[in-house]
Formats: sequence, structure tokens, C-alpha cells
Amino acid sequence: MFGFRYLTALGCFVASLTLATSVNAADPTKVGFVYVGPVADAGWTYEHDRGRLAVEKEHGDKVETVFVESVSEGPDAERVISQMAAEGADLIFTTSFGYMNPTIKVAKQFPNVKFEHATGYKRADNVATYSSRFYEGRHVLGLIAGKMTKSNTIGYIASFPIPEVVRGINAAYLAAKSVNPAVQFKVIWVSTWFDPGKEADAAKALIDQGADILMQHTDSAAPMKIAEERGIYAFGQASDQAAYGPNAQLTAIIDDWAPYYVRRVDEAMNGSWSSTDTWGGFDTGMVALAPYGKAVPDDVKAMAEEARKAITEGRLHAFTGPINKQDGSPWLKAGETADDGTLLGMDFYVEGIEGSLP
Amino acid sequence: MDYGLLSSIIHSILVASTPLVFAGLGALIQERAGVLNLGIEGLMIVGALAGFATAVAGFPLLVSILMASLAGAMLASIFALLVLRLYANPVATGLALTLFGLGLAALAGSQYVGQAAPQVAAWEIPFLSQIPVVGRALFSHDPLVYLSIFTAFVIWWFLTKSRTGLILRAVGENHTSAHALGFSVRGVRFLAIICGGALAGIGGSYLTLVQTPLFVEGMTAGRGWIALALVVFASWRPFRVIAGAYLFGSVSIIQLHGQALGVSVASQWLSMLPYVVTIGALVVIASRAGTSQAAPGSLGKIFKESR
Repeated sequence: MFGFRYLTALGCFVASLTLATSVNAADPTKVGFVYVGPVADAGWTYEHDRGRLAVEKEHGDKVETVFVESVSEGPDAERVISQMAAEGADLIFTTSFGYMNPTIKVAKQFPNVKFEHATGYKRADNVATYSSRFYEGRHVLGLIAGKMTKSNTIGYIASFPIPEVVRGINAAYLAAKSVNPAVQFKVIWVSTWFDPGKEADAAKALIDQGADILMQHTDSAAPMKIAEERGIYAFGQASDQAAYGPNAQLTAIIDDWAPYYVRRVDEAMNGSWSSTDTWGGFDTGMVALAPYGKAVPDDVKAMAEEARKAITEGRLHAFTGPINKQDGSPWLKAGETADDGTLLGMDFYVEGIEGSLP
Repeated sequence: MDYGLLSSIIHSILVASTPLVFAGLGALIQERAGVLNLGIEGLMIVGALAGFATAVAGFPLLVSILMASLAGAMLASIFALLVLRLYANPVATGLALTLFGLGLAALAGSQYVGQAAPQVAAWEIPFLSQIPVVGRALFSHDPLVYLSIFTAFVIWWFLTKSRTGLILRAVGENHTSAHALGFSVRGVRFLAIICGGALAGIGGSYLTLVQTPLFVEGMTAGRGWIALALVVFASWRPFRVIAGAYLFGSVSIIQLHGQALGVSVASQWLSMLPYVVTIGALVVIASRAGTSQAAPGSLGKIFKESR
């Protein structure tokens, strides 16, 4: 949508006013953020903005942050990013997969500006990438879902068939299957990151077809709200959504970008920044879980905690063989774990998931 | 086929279509009066917030709907002032109204993110709701679904059977002639814009009160534009707006269920279908220009009283 830009402009204006009053601030480092949804989405973008606020809190007067929200992926993104660079940003975080090519393109035009692109795989001298191993969280969610489903049907609301999303489905399915061989996944692709109405419709469709636990990889809390209304369970996405589903939420994967953002801004200020590829999981604190809901029994909690601990300590990998691809061809041999390259480019379902990728 | 699932699907289709019915009728009444209002999206989201805020404050559904319609009408009155009194370009003004409404709702609504409104109870229609399959699918809905169909009846009756409706259509078809006959073009259009704004507001509130049901900025996600397309698709007839909205709702709900059932039709094709149909309708209408299928003659034209 395009309605929020004037608000952002207003925000920048107000920010510039407040800056103008603090005369002593000696040329602060300017950090820009480009968001795919509104800050108030209570999910993905909300957590990135919490990271931005953490940067402001940590570095105080030494930084100035700006953001533009609800930037659609594509040509619009290129315009927003290059404008941000032209207006003197020193470091720019572009926080959605679809900003990958625009970011690389703009980075070529502004070699002195540093860029950080979330969840992508293309880098340059002044473009770093970062992401979280959400699939580690998905593994724990899958275990809980497999244990707690009565209908053996898990509903999954997916956005776009990019590796990030496919990996999450595979990780959750494998974990659920490992504790409940009868479990079945129903996946609906809604072709959007943010459309509460459509996400709600998809949630209803899944529940009508027998799902008693919902997972989502879209950005609004609508599915959680529907789960609460219909009296079933769901997992929060990107952020703690217990406010929408006090009874429904079993737990949520929380993206905590604050430690990473604070560190990278720090490096940009002291000159040690370089183009790196960061992929942090439970061990770095970039992936966290919300408190378990009251519906989760103690033995399931203990199992989930054990898995989380094992992943954090590196004793357990969510993709450990033997695993076949959906078509039955072997992918990982017994005991073998997936390499990051395959995970980052994952474009196939594992054996047992029905349906095909769009 | 599983009949329980079938009735759930039909139930969901009616729910998903209802915001479009209200907003489409709101656009229709304005366009029949010759007013092209591209601000439907903005009117919807403002109504969505007003209705939600009222429900969160603990008021009954009727009050929430009234507040939603009031909010839509108030925002629409700004449009009316700009277009009818100051002769602003209606296309630009409508676009501005959409941007303004989205921003306003985002600003005013930030405190409502994460809040919960009470669930709207269904009106089980006696006897009819007991019929297997059909009962749940058609006769156990929230009051707004029935209201949307009733509204279409009222608008149809108003436009085709009442003298005032005839005047409204005259103003839409040829505002110079209507003016020469002594009708108040601006007065009629003002009322049409207010009514249209109120209906769009109710359509938006359906999203936050029933369909989703939560409030978050930008949640109308383009439904206002679909409503505008529906009016063209319906060739400016109230019942065809309902038909169009239900067709659109059917396609979107059935494709979701189809995916969950494992039917492998590329979802992108199904997502495109309603728009393809609309373009087809536009082509038909354009080729029949001048007949009863065409747009109101004065649609989108600025009216200035000649002295």
C-alpha cells in the first residue's frame, strides 16, 4: 500500500525538528531502515522496528535513524532505498527478501554507503546479508504441534514459495512427524505477506478442513485471532501474539534483531564494518520463543525445552538425515546434516508433505 | 463431497464478500448520481477503525455500525466539499481521500492494535437455520450479512421505483438538463456522497468486527479498489454488485479450500480471475456505449451552475 509514506515524511520532519534543537550532536551516524509492512503489523516489521529503537537507545545522540514503512517489493523499493542513500544515510537495512535486487543495484551507485539485506543471498563489498535460523524455532513448534494435535492435521498459512518459507514448512513437518507419524500438513499459499482479511479466510478454510493447530508464515495476527475464536491452537509469528490469542497461542517464534542491529551500527561507527553473511539462531539470541501457553502440558514443554537446548548447544540440527525429497529421491543420508547452501536455496518439499509448491 | 465442509465454504464466501457488497453499493449510489469517488478504500478503513473502537469500548453492534457509517459519512463530506463546492478534480481528490483515510486510521488506530472486540453473535433465522447444509451456509450469519442484502434491495427500489431515485439518476445521466429542470444537482450529489461514505464505512467495519476480527493499519488491503471495479463489472446495477461480490468471494475462498484439499491449480491464476472478468466486462460495456449498459452520462464530470 502507498498510504503511509506521508506519515513517514511527517515522522522524518518531526525527527529533524528534534535534531535541530540538539545543536551539540556532532554529525551523527545516519541509519536507515526499509520495511515491507506497517510498523504496527504486530509481527515481522514490528520486530525490526524494535531493533531500530534498540539502536537508538544504545547509541543515543551518536545515531540518527530513519525508516520508511510499507514499501512494496520491486521498483518502488529501489526508489526508496536510493533516496535514503542520497539523503546521507551511512548504513541502510533493507528488511525483506524482495529487496535483494534493488539493494544490490542501489549499492553499486552508492559505494560509500553500507547496506544490509535481510534474508537474501546476494552480497557485495558494501552489501552484507543477515538472517535468522527461524527453522530452528520451527523445529520446536513442529514438535509441540505433533504432540498436541488431536485431528493429526496441522494447518499452515504460507506467503510466497521462497526458500525461507519452504524451509520453515519442511522443518516443522519433519519435527512433527518425528513425534507423531500420523501427522499431516495442509498448506495454503496466500500470495501476500500482509492481508489480514485473506489470512483470516485461509485460517477458516484450514480449520473447516480439520486442522486443529495453525502455523503461519505471514505477518498479521489475524490467524491467531481466528484460532482463538474457533477454540483451537496456533503459533505466533515473528512476535508474541498472546494478546490476540490468550488461550490459542502455544508459543511464538520471536525475531530479535536488536543484538545484531546494535552490533552492526557499532561496527559502522568505529570503522570495523565489513560485508559479512550472518545467519544466527537460538545460539545468538536472534531467534527466541515466547512463553509457552497454558494449554501446553508439562511433558511437551520439557520436550520442547530439551530440543531448544540441544539446538542452542549445537547437539541437534533440524535437518538430520535420513531425509528424502518429496519425489522420494534421497537428500540426506542417515546422520548427515544439511549444509547451509542447500538450506538457503531450498526449493523442494521433503517426503510426506502433500501438494506441490506454487 | 463432505456436506459439512460445503456449508462451511458457502458460509465463508458470504462473509468474505460482505465488505465488498457494502462498499460496492456505496460506490454505486455515488456513481449513479454522477460522482466518481476513488476514496472508497480510505472511507472503508476509517469506518473499520470507528466500528472497532466503538465495539472495544463495549457498545453493542448497532452502535458500532452507526459510528462506522458516521465516520465514513464525515470523511466523505470532505470529498463533497472539495468536489462540489470548490470544483476540485474528482479523480485527484478521491485518490487523496484514500491516502488521507489510510494515514488517519493508522495514526488514530495505533492504540487499538492488539485489542480484541467482542465476538458478533450470529442471528440464527428460525426454522430456516435448521435445514441441513443450507441452514448453516445461508441462514446462520451475523446481522450485517442480511443487512447488506437488504440494503441492495432498498437501493434497487430507490433507484427504479421512487421519484427521488429518478431525480438522482437524472442528475447522474445529464446534470445540465437536470439543473435546467430545477433539480439541485449539488444537493443530490451531496446526499449521494454522504450515503456512499456511510456504506463504505460499514463495509470496512465488517472487516474489523466480523471477518478478521482485529484492527491493524492498512488492513483493507485494496478492497476499496475491488469495490470500484465491481460497480463497473455490475454495469451500475445493485443486484449485479451482489452477484459480482459473491463471485469474487467464491473465487477467493474456493481457491483457498482447493489448496488445502490438494487441488493443483496455480493459485496465481485463480487470484487473477476476478480481475480478468472485470476487464472483460469493461470491454463489453465499452462496445455497447450509449445503451443501457453504459456508465452514467455525467460520471466524473465537474458541474458548475451557469448563470
